[in-house]
Amino acid sequence: MSTVAAATGSNGHEPSYLDYKGKHSGILGWILSTDHKRIGILYLISLSLFFLVGVGFGFLMRLELISPGRTIMDPQTYNSFFTLHGVIMIFLFVVPGIPAVFGNFFLPILIGAKDVAFPRINLLSWYLYVFGGLLAIVAILLPGGPADTGWTFYVPYSIRTNTNVIIALLAAFILGFSSILTGLNFVTTVHRLKAPGMSWFKLPLSVWGLYSTAWVQVLATPIIGITLLLVAIERLLGVGIFDPALGGDPVLYQHLFWIYSHPAVYIMILPAMGIVSEVIPVFSRRTIFGYKFIAFSSVAIALFGSLVWAHHMFTAGMSDTGQFVFSLLTMLVAIPSAIKVFNWVATLYKGSIDLATPMLYVLAFIFLFTIGGLTGVMQGVLSIDIQVHDTSFIVAHFHYVMFGGTGFGFFAALHYWFPKMFGKMYNRKTAKTSFWFLFIGFNLLYFPMFIMGWLGMPRRYYDYLPEFHSYHLISTIGSWILIIGLLLMVYNLYRAIRKGKVVTEKNVWGGETLEWQIDTPPIHENFSEVPVIENDPYQYKMNEEILEKEETS
Amino acid sequence: MFDDVSNFVNSVDATFLFTLIVSVFFLVLITILMIVFVIKYNRKRNPKGTNIKGNMVLEITWIVIPTILVLVMFWFGWEGYLEMVDVPEDAIPVNVTAKMWEWSFEYEDGTTTDTLYVPVNRPVKLILQSVDVNHSFFIPAFRLKKDVFPNTERIAWFQAKETGEYDIACSEYCGLNHSYMYSKIIVLPDEDFNNWMYGMSEEDLKLLNEMTKSDN
Repeated sequence: MSTVAAATGSNGHEPSYLDYKGKHSGILGWILSTDHKRIGILYLISLSLFFLVGVGFGFLMRLELISPGRTIMDPQTYNSFFTLHGVIMIFLFVVPGIPAVFGNFFLPILIGAKDVAFPRINLLSWYLYVFGGLLAIVAILLPGGPADTGWTFYVPYSIRTNTNVIIALLAAFILGFSSILTGLNFVTTVHRLKAPGMSWFKLPLSVWGLYSTAWVQVLATPIIGITLLLVAIERLLGVGIFDPALGGDPVLYQHLFWIYSHPAVYIMILPAMGIVSEVIPVFSRRTIFGYKFIAFSSVAIALFGSLVWAHHMFTAGMSDTGQFVFSLLTMLVAIPSAIKVFNWVATLYKGSIDLATPMLYVLAFIFLFTIGGLTGVMQGVLSIDIQVHDTSFIVAHFHYVMFGGTGFGFFAALHYWFPKMFGKMYNRKTAKTSFWFLFIGFNLLYFPMFIMGWLGMPRRYYDYLPEFHSYHLISTIGSWILIIGLLLMVYNLYRAIRKGKVVTEKNVWGGETLEWQIDTPPIHENFSEVPVIENDPYQYKMNEEILEKEETS
Repeated sequence: MFDDVSNFVNSVDATFLFTLIVSVFFLVLITILMIVFVIKYNRKRNPKGTNIKGNMVLEITWIVIPTILVLVMFWFGWEGYLEMVDVPEDAIPVNVTAKMWEWSFEYEDGTTTDTLYVPVNRPVKLILQSVDVNHSFFIPAFRLKKDVFPNTERIAWFQAKETGEYDIACSEYCGLNHSYMYSKIIVLPDEDFNNWMYGMSEEDLKLLNEMTKSDN
């Protein structure tokens, strides 16, 4: 990659981070680098690989479900596949996702810092991530076979199955540490390394998203670590903690699991919301509507999102008080998300809108996330949840939020910052084509799941009743369209890195945040001199200046 | 949506319909606004933007109205849920046992079956327990679902309103043949159910069932 960048040349003075020669060169210059930008690229490569593996499992699952009965695999294989699909997508793609790639690359730049607070710990997080990821893959190949518990590892099934559950648990445990360290790093960075003049309310909104997320990572992740460790202890030593046969309580496991895993869904979505708040004003060329409301709603989501975990357990038989409180709080946690959506749409009003690829992804995010969010509200309603819980309605809902939301947010960020990161431009037409494939394929793939879920199609089913066939068929066809879009996008970006048009312009989109004031690609320590911040992030003063000019002429 | 075959269906479906209408309204509103703005304020048509930093009245409006709406939804859901946990005292008790990967039903007199027979228009109380891992007892047509755990009991109830045959599914993942853990619930007229309770074999009962069907 460094040779490619050498051809780019930097802007006459310091070499870009791609050409920078540190202590090591070649591949070592990357895997031993503590430069936040290089670590961001390392994450981008490793995350993309795991993501494509996860997509592969999803594709095979959908293929199996194209018609009732056995199509291409037996039930044991199918059960392992949905477990692997879940574990890989959650722990290796969606949770680290935006913070690990774009947080690492851009958080320090956005606040005017040279690097994160603890660069070496940052590199350690990447090693933990890769190690955990490889462990999860190794568990597939070892005798005993891959875990078949679902990504939730519900006890007592996860205690009894003979598959490699312990290795999968260990993998999730290690990945948890990677996540905690990244969170710790970001919290410290935002508190300590803001450039002079960069007050809290001058922070770009993606920083608010990453900052709120980082707190949840630090506070909630240890609980899943301990819980998974307890399951391993129970399996290995036969200590009764969760397994009723040993005197344990399986519902306790569910509580502990969701105390982490519900806040985790906000770890997944908050950074993507930050990206949306970043992209909309740039491509609408105007100030963001309701900056403080968007910023505080991130914090509110992080706070209230930590108090709603038991809505995953409305059919488990909690006390009525528990049901009442958790349902009520779940309804209320929808409000900060709604505030964001309204403010984003209001930011389009009287803008000067350029429908470039990042903007397309962001508008699709708003549409898909709104569907995901509203169906989430439906599930918060107690009596409705009784019907849709553990059906494909839920599967549709969280794919709309996690893929339609976080996934599309990730793609938006990728197309937005790609020229800055690599100094190359992708083919814009191909990018838009791949977007439409993704968007149409996505809806065909997941929308039918809402309908059949409401009609009583349970989730994690290898086989199904004939009455659900047409929905499954449409869904599988949708998966093919979606995958064509994905492959086209990967090809387009890969080709751009190899032989895309060179970009040396600092500010390709007309953004006003700090990353657009520095060289493309950025130099080793980002800034030639420490920036002093005087303005809000999305001022677009030119709008007023043009206005004045027109009035005088 | 299903027919009104059991006592919870009306309340659950009405709540669902209400939330669906509200949701569709907001989705359509947001989508139309996005499309209109993108067309109207396209850079070609509108080369310069106008800076608007916010509007307190709008912010308060779009906080207060959704809050009221979700509280109303919450209340409907809570009321519907209360019916589901309020088991009538005269309900016919049936012990339901889940094991990988089948259901069995035991009545007061000790009769055990793999299909759940119940009388129409009389409350039935299910006492659910598992002998191995977690399962979940799900009758989609009745809007009834309850998780089933080993070594501990869970209670559910319903009152069927129409005779007929409906599916029982397992909706909590329970291993290899989870997707085949189906059974049937057969809702009988009172008289047929009593005949069956007085010791008719399942074959007799099926025969009887067919005879009564052809009578109609």
